[in-house]
Amino acid sequence: MIGRIALRRPPISPAWVVLGGLIVLAFVVAMIRYANGLGAVSNLNDNTAWGLWITFDLLCGVALASGAFITASIVYLFGGEKYRPLLRPAILTGFLGYLMVIVALLVDLGHPERIWYLIIFWNPHSVMFEVGWCVMLYTFVLALEFSPLVFERFGMEAPRRLIHTLIIPLAIAGATLSTLHQSSLGSLYVILPDQLHEVWHTPLLPLMFWLTAVAVGPAMVILESIISSRVFRRGLELDLLGGLARVIPFVLAAYIAVKIGDLAGSGELGLLTEWDLESGLFWLEIMGFVLLPMVLFSLPAVRQSRAWLLFSALLVVSGVILSRFAVGLIAIDKPEFAASYVPHPLEFAVTIGVVSAGIVAFGLVARYLPLFTEYAGSPAEE
Amino acid sequence: MAKVAILFDAFRCTGCRGCQVACKQWNDLPAEVTHNTGSYQNPPRVSADTWLVMQFREVENGDDGVAWAFGRHACMHCLHPACVSACPVGALYKTDEGPVLYRDDRCIGCRYCMLACPFEIPTFQWGDGLFEGAEIKKCTFCIDRLSAGMEPACVHTCPSGALMYGERDELIAVAEARIREHPERYLDHVYGKDEAGGTSLLYISPVPFEELGMPELGSAPIQEDTEDIMTKATPAVLVGMLIGLGGIYWVVRRRQEMMVKKGGSGRSGDRGASS
Repeated sequence: MIGRIALRRPPISPAWVVLGGLIVLAFVVAMIRYANGLGAVSNLNDNTAWGLWITFDLLCGVALASGAFITASIVYLFGGEKYRPLLRPAILTGFLGYLMVIVALLVDLGHPERIWYLIIFWNPHSVMFEVGWCVMLYTFVLALEFSPLVFERFGMEAPRRLIHTLIIPLAIAGATLSTLHQSSLGSLYVILPDQLHEVWHTPLLPLMFWLTAVAVGPAMVILESIISSRVFRRGLELDLLGGLARVIPFVLAAYIAVKIGDLAGSGELGLLTEWDLESGLFWLEIMGFVLLPMVLFSLPAVRQSRAWLLFSALLVVSGVILSRFAVGLIAIDKPEFAASYVPHPLEFAVTIGVVSAGIVAFGLVARYLPLFTEYAGSPAEE
Repeated sequence: MAKVAILFDAFRCTGCRGCQVACKQWNDLPAEVTHNTGSYQNPPRVSADTWLVMQFREVENGDDGVAWAFGRHACMHCLHPACVSACPVGALYKTDEGPVLYRDDRCIGCRYCMLACPFEIPTFQWGDGLFEGAEIKKCTFCIDRLSAGMEPACVHTCPSGALMYGERDELIAVAEARIREHPERYLDHVYGKDEAGGTSLLYISPVPFEELGMPELGSAPIQEDTEDIMTKATPAVLVGMLIGLGGIYWVVRRRQEMMVKKGGSGRSGDRGASS
């Protein structure tokens, strides 16, 4: 246990007060929703059964939490031992990400008190069944992968050793579960062959969701490292982040190939020149948020610059958010009697409150648990 | 047991909405506050309190100007229901006789059924909190009446014979006979015979079915691809990932051990040695 960075900051800063207020607001909204129903705090309706919460909190939330399984796979399975300094913050970001998804789901579900029914009532044909099980199991895996921080902090040697011996099976289980549910979030929308616009609907949605999740994992690690290095005034593992960034162009290239190949294969390339909302979103995603970061991350100069890394990572993150909103909300055709859906301000309040809680939890862990290991250009000892 | 079905004949329908009212009365559904949307169609769609809505459409009618077309918007009781396939806990289920039913004590309220249904049928009780217990609502095919030997309330009340209850095979024969007898009245198509793998509601109409508000569907069940993904791709990915990742780990570790033995840099860490 050498060299943990001591983080000394004033106990209460204005940022904490603001975040706390946002959490309280979301809590109050949730209570109103539990008392008076979903209609009381949201614009969800019979035409738009899934809105902001499912699209952002679930679809984007799970995708953006993929840094944990990517980093764990690199460090434990692919021999990337030198990336270990990035591991704990990545695991924490993922763990908090999944907890945030579950909290948001507990607001969105009609019967949150029955969420555990997934365990006893099975319908293996349902994509939602797979999503539920994988999210449940993977959150448990993440809790175990995170637990050594707690055990170390309180000097509990026996459980720490137990997790240490299980870490390889845990990493394999984590990557497998992540692959299954990252992809099946895309499969959820395969059941809309007639409602989801042809540009976005394809049986390959699971593959596309998985590829973008793999690409956004390293991007999120880059984002989280750069931001936390500034907030917590610690060193930055720039060479490690640059190394991690080298993976991204390959994954993005595969994504473009699958996307174009799929449209070509089904003879729907012509739809891309119709210049409607759906094809516009397609071009925006491909040009601005896939090709551009692909080129940027390929340049050594970008990978050695903190600002450029941050910018390029933000592009990848934005692209994933755009694609999830396109599939989950924008490109779904509504019947002619349907009113359009714009999220209610209180829906935003819940989403913002949940994200705030995640940020606060990250700050607390960074302050009280051994999150950041000292880094001096060589792998820290575990 | 034979499959039950309802035949809706849009040519015979007068748009009286007796079926809509009978449905609300039999199922004891409360009134809805609605707004004038410029049409007789009211409320604009099915909801938790209205399980059957007659759609009022104006259709171009050649020289005569416009004519009414009446569409029936309610659960189609699909032979291969997408909602049943989508429900993660099996709260929605298909009975042997045909009706698609709902177990309110099992539903977790995820509302994936509402997304999956191509007919936009399942609806949710948006105004109910945890204490009331919000549920999914939709037509039950009057299963309570069927089990007492009665026909569904909508069929029972229809004054013009536009609705007919019976066995699915027989009703398909009736529908095709009507089309044969009066080709000038009907399009040569029984909607629901093959749509989305077949439905328990069969429609015949003088105007294109899109004019009645029905979606254009192929003959494959809506969930064909997702069920393939769940039953074929998912197990393959699961096994493939476990073997693949295990294999990669084993190969990487072997190589690192060889390098250490050869007196390599040893920078690969001590993980292998300690586990």
